[in-house]
Amino acid sequence: MKNYLRLNLSLLYWIFVAPFTGQFFKIAPVFRQMVFIGVRAAPMVALTAFSVGVTLAMQAAHSLESLGAEMYIPDLVMLTLLREMGPVLIAVIVIGRSGSAVAAELGTMKVSEEIEALQVMAINPVQFLVVPRFLAMLVMLPALTIFGNYIGILGGWAVCRFTLDFNTAGYIMRAVESADTWDLYSGMIKSAVFAWLVITISCNAGLNVEGGAEGVGQATTSSVVQALLAMLVMNAVLTGVFFFAS
Amino acid sequence: MNNKGEAIIEVNNLVRRFGDRAVLDELSFNVHRGETLVIMGGSGCGKSTLLRHLIGSMKPTSGSVSLFGEEITEMKEREIERVRLRFGMLFQSGALLASLTVGENVALPLLQHTNKSVDEIEEIVREKLQMVGLTGFENLKPDEISGGMKKRVGLARALALDPELLFSDEPTSGLDPIMTAVVDQLTQKLTQGSHMTAVVVSHDMTSAFRIATRMIMLGHGSIVAEGTPEEIRNSPNAEVQQFINGRADGPIPLNLSQEDHKDHQLVRPRPFRGARLRFHHKNP
Repeated sequence: MKNYLRLNLSLLYWIFVAPFTGQFFKIAPVFRQMVFIGVRAAPMVALTAFSVGVTLAMQAAHSLESLGAEMYIPDLVMLTLLREMGPVLIAVIVIGRSGSAVAAELGTMKVSEEIEALQVMAINPVQFLVVPRFLAMLVMLPALTIFGNYIGILGGWAVCRFTLDFNTAGYIMRAVESADTWDLYSGMIKSAVFAWLVITISCNAGLNVEGGAEGVGQATTSSVVQALLAMLVMNAVLTGVFFFAS
Repeated sequence: MNNKGEAIIEVNNLVRRFGDRAVLDELSFNVHRGETLVIMGGSGCGKSTLLRHLIGSMKPTSGSVSLFGEEITEMKEREIERVRLRFGMLFQSGALLASLTVGENVALPLLQHTNKSVDEIEEIVREKLQMVGLTGFENLKPDEISGGMKKRVGLARALALDPELLFSDEPTSGLDPIMTAVVDQLTQKLTQGSHMTAVVVSHDMTSAFRIATRMIMLGHGSIVAEGTPEEIRNSPNAEVQQFINGRADGPIPLNLSQEDHKDHQLVRPRPFRGARLRFHHKNP
């Protein structure tokens, strides 16, 4: 925990304070990480989001049909995706794919003395390794969430259009009317907070690996478990704050 | 002792304990400008721990380490970075960044710490790689070259900023005899020509005697012998003679025969028996 807090403080220093003292972080590695963390995860995110959209619409159809309220299916798909399922499920995908990869990569660098070599070259590992990954995650997880939301809504549309009596315009109208901009923003805020948690937990696990290949394996597993737990608990807290506090 | 130049490294009463075990026990020595100090000693005698204290990546239990006249044991990480810009370090494994090419690895310190143009940096990278006999390897990744080559790239990277002081951890292990001679010659040229100071941890006695201007032998956490290569070669100390001549038998207990093992068991049976009894008591 002490290491985790220290990493967060160090990150804040390198992002917000150091640039004013002339120590800018390099922007090229941020884009490289954005491709790795975000762009390459897009197909997986799309498949997951489409499945979720389809499932939500089918479940809603099943329940709402008996009440004669099929017209509310787009509402349910839209709101559930924007507020909950979008941010959470896409964070789960990113934790499994990119969070674990970051922990394993930094862990391997630690055990093969690469991190120590950086320090000896007077290159701060947080500035050189963590800042690009952090900024990339902070941009790409919300971006992936927006992308996933679109695909999920497309999944809902596919069910409504081809198995129920919706036409495309009707589905879009209903979906757009049901959602408020705040529903989208709340999902984005959740996504950004998840991004912070996921990448700091993964980097912290990687940077504190001890004991060779076995240590790297343990750190990777524990980073995934910790990030999932932290993300789900934080989701409950944020949902409480956004929708039930007022 | 060579007292011609100013002291670049001053180590005073350096102690490092892991639990009750003192890995470094009251070590004191100086390294002067232009010297090549070779630190030798058996496996586990504290050579690597000493090196880590000299580069500031480990803090001692007590004692002091000064580099270029600045005490580094009390420094914060950001203060040590300033001192680290003045020295280079060659790691035993090379410690190249696997995600970067050979050229990018050598260029890394230059990109991070200088305002040189890309063309200038490329020129320096070519020059440094040429020095270690690796011209044309710029675009390969570390996993595409051999262990010895990685080490030479590590040396090129350590020399990228033209440091005043070079630390090398086993610079010649894994190199063929010709490449060992090339690396030795390079170290000699750098220490003589540009007054660079070198601290080399080595097991390779041929190489050690070739490059050293002074040698220290560590054993049991303290200095067993210290002197010029000639003094070490003629040392009356039996441990030194056993080590430099590579003899299996001698005062350094490295290898126990079966008979020795039985003797040890007879002399010190109690901890084992006690442990076994406790174990049986808990788990009948």
